[in-house]
Amino acid sequence: MAIEVRIPTILRTYTGGAKQVEGTGATLAELLIDLDAKHGGLRERLVDGGGLRRFVNVYLNDEDVRFLAGLDTPVKDGDTVTVLPAVAGGAS
Amino acid sequence: MLTISEELHDKIVAHARADHPDEACGVIAGPVGSDRPERFIPMTNAARSPTFYEFDSTEQFQVWREMDDHDEEPVVLYHSHTGTEAYPSRTDVSYASEPGAHYVLVSTRDEHETEFRSYRIIDGQVTEEPVTVVE
Repeated sequence: MAIEVRIPTILRTYTGGAKQVEGTGATLAELLIDLDAKHGGLRERLVDGGGLRRFVNVYLNDEDVRFLAGLDTPVKDGDTVTVLPAVAGGAS
Repeated sequence: MLTISEELHDKIVAHARADHPDEACGVIAGPVGSDRPERFIPMTNAARSPTFYEFDSTEQFQVWREMDDHDEEPVVLYHSHTGTEAYPSRTDVSYASEPGAHYVLVSTRDEHETEFRSYRIIDGQVTEEPVTVVE
């Protein structure tokens, strides 16, 4: 068992086109480090300094991890992590 | 080129008018690979601002999962500008992350005339495209 991670179209260049990849770790931060070893560059698109990038949404199962513990959110085998680019913009 | 039904076109305009002076935003989903906008999904502007919009992240997750379940994708991503022209701002370009989508912008700055324009935004490059409204 592992943690399933769903990758949006725009980041599939890092996963060789795969929609879904798998990783391991006890927290989201560890999972992203594990993923980066196999899919170099992916982590940097999601993390900036010590936190998640402002306009990337990461969900654990169906909850935005910002409402959990961010990068410190515990994850376990069988969980699904979904990455979606935030949709935002505006005149300013 | 964006081909869109008059009904969906009018729904986007009505949403933009209803939320004026705040920016309105939403999605039109269509079958994967079809390039056909079919299902109108108005979204909450979590920023509730006249100069900024942002999908509510929880609502976005639900809508994206629903599209996945129906083998749909976001064919159109629309939002309004309420005091400026219907052209992607620097902010719009920097956040654009759906290279397959038509980015529709409407401007409600004029009380009577609504500008309705469509763009592709890929790797920071904006390309306007013609819009064909069909019955």
